[in-house]
Amino acid sequence: MNSNDISPDQGNQKFLTKLETMGVDVHACYQCGRCSAGCPITEFFDLTTMEVVRLAAYGMEEQLLHTKTIWLCAACETCATRCPNDIDIAVLMDVLRELALRKGIKPAEPRVPVFHQSFLDSIKHWGRAYEVGLIAGYKVRSGDLMGDMKLGLKMFTKGKLSLTPHSIKGKAEIKKIFSGKGKEYER
Amino acid sequence: MKLSYYPGCSLHGTALDYDLSVKDVCKMLDIELIEIPDWNCCGASSAHMTNHEIGVRLPLRNLLLAAELGHDILVPCAACFQRLKAAEKSLKEEPEFWDVDNYTEPKIVHISSLLADSEIVNKAKELIKLKLEGMHIACYYGCLSLRNPKITDVINYEQPETLETIVRSVGAQPVSWSHRTECCSGSLTMARPDIACKLVGDIVRAAKRAGADALVTDCPMCQANVESRQLDLDETDPLPVFFGTELMAAALNGQYPAKQQRVHLVSPDILTNVMKSSLADREDSV
Repeated sequence: MNSNDISPDQGNQKFLTKLETMGVDVHACYQCGRCSAGCPITEFFDLTTMEVVRLAAYGMEEQLLHTKTIWLCAACETCATRCPNDIDIAVLMDVLRELALRKGIKPAEPRVPVFHQSFLDSIKHWGRAYEVGLIAGYKVRSGDLMGDMKLGLKMFTKGKLSLTPHSIKGKAEIKKIFSGKGKEYER
Repeated sequence: MKLSYYPGCSLHGTALDYDLSVKDVCKMLDIELIEIPDWNCCGASSAHMTNHEIGVRLPLRNLLLAAELGHDILVPCAACFQRLKAAEKSLKEEPEFWDVDNYTEPKIVHISSLLADSEIVNKAKELIKLKLEGMHIACYYGCLSLRNPKITDVINYEQPETLETIVRSVGAQPVSWSHRTECCSGSLTMARPDIACKLVGDIVRAAKRAGADALVTDCPMCQANVESRQLDLDETDPLPVFFGTELMAAALNGQYPAKQQRVHLVSPDILTNVMKSSLADREDSV
């Protein structure tokens, strides 16, 4: 194949190699659209799942990292389960989100990564998710102070939210897991 | 039967009642549960969605702790189940990469596949004190106990039957409906409640069209999300969402305690009413 504007040779080689090592064969896509047809969130996306796969095959990492789609994907795995060409689109979405965070790209849906970060901070700190702590952390960072206040109070009065976190003994092991720089991104 | 038990964070928090019903049902069925000592969070969706290595290493620690106990691992939470299975796959593919040798795979078992096993079903049928006859139920699986089948090893992931089997085993009637394995967007519910409301509305309306009085699930995120987001919708007659083990505990004990009823955000009166009329029928026939 001659290299031209749309050939993968012109795209981001590091990104394409990364997908290859993760076993995601984006070049197998023939755009049947089954991924997008089954996607429960597709109407909220700025790029359909099928478009994400095709742009990934062009190596267009930069464009993809700025989409809302990568943050609104709920990781329900419907697309990857049904792809007739066995493209692991759910892993592709994971790779894109991780790259966007590693590169410090301003997320098009900021509240979603803020939620993930608050959740992970809670695990890093206690070894288990501490719901009240993660909700508070999310609210402060996202600025969404009033959202779901009624629901939160209702859950609290029903005894669904514990005020005290549970700390595990192996916290040092958990800290170690979080301190890893991601050795698989250095391969 | 002896099993290692991985409750996961939800069952020690918002779904504390799920933990209690799992333990209650297992006790009645002579299944001994040994909680994995010092287990940690599996990282749920947030870890694997943002950091692959943390997403594998968090559940991996639990697998290694469970391997020391040696029994199969029972997991009630769909997300925990999927993450433990994902870590198991990574470990099988590249043990050296994850710095593990001599891993003796304990089998990872999701609660519904355990309770839908024919031996367990027969045992449950013998133990039932009160059948839940006349209760029409939409069995709702959601995503993570099924997908991706490459991770979960589930065979009929588009047409699962475990929850229907459980529901039938306690005398209730599962309805045939469309949204059994659709996503409720639990992982987005805090950041984008509008999306969660839309998906939950679609799911609940589909269940109503099929004539369901209630939903039954085995996922704590689905349970919390589908009940709570209905409060934001203008729907009249919201549907309560029960856990499969909650129905089993009620049928096997012959009672549905007030303490359990109170944790629902949507009124669970349908179950109380069905049990009352089942009791009345039985007294009539005596």
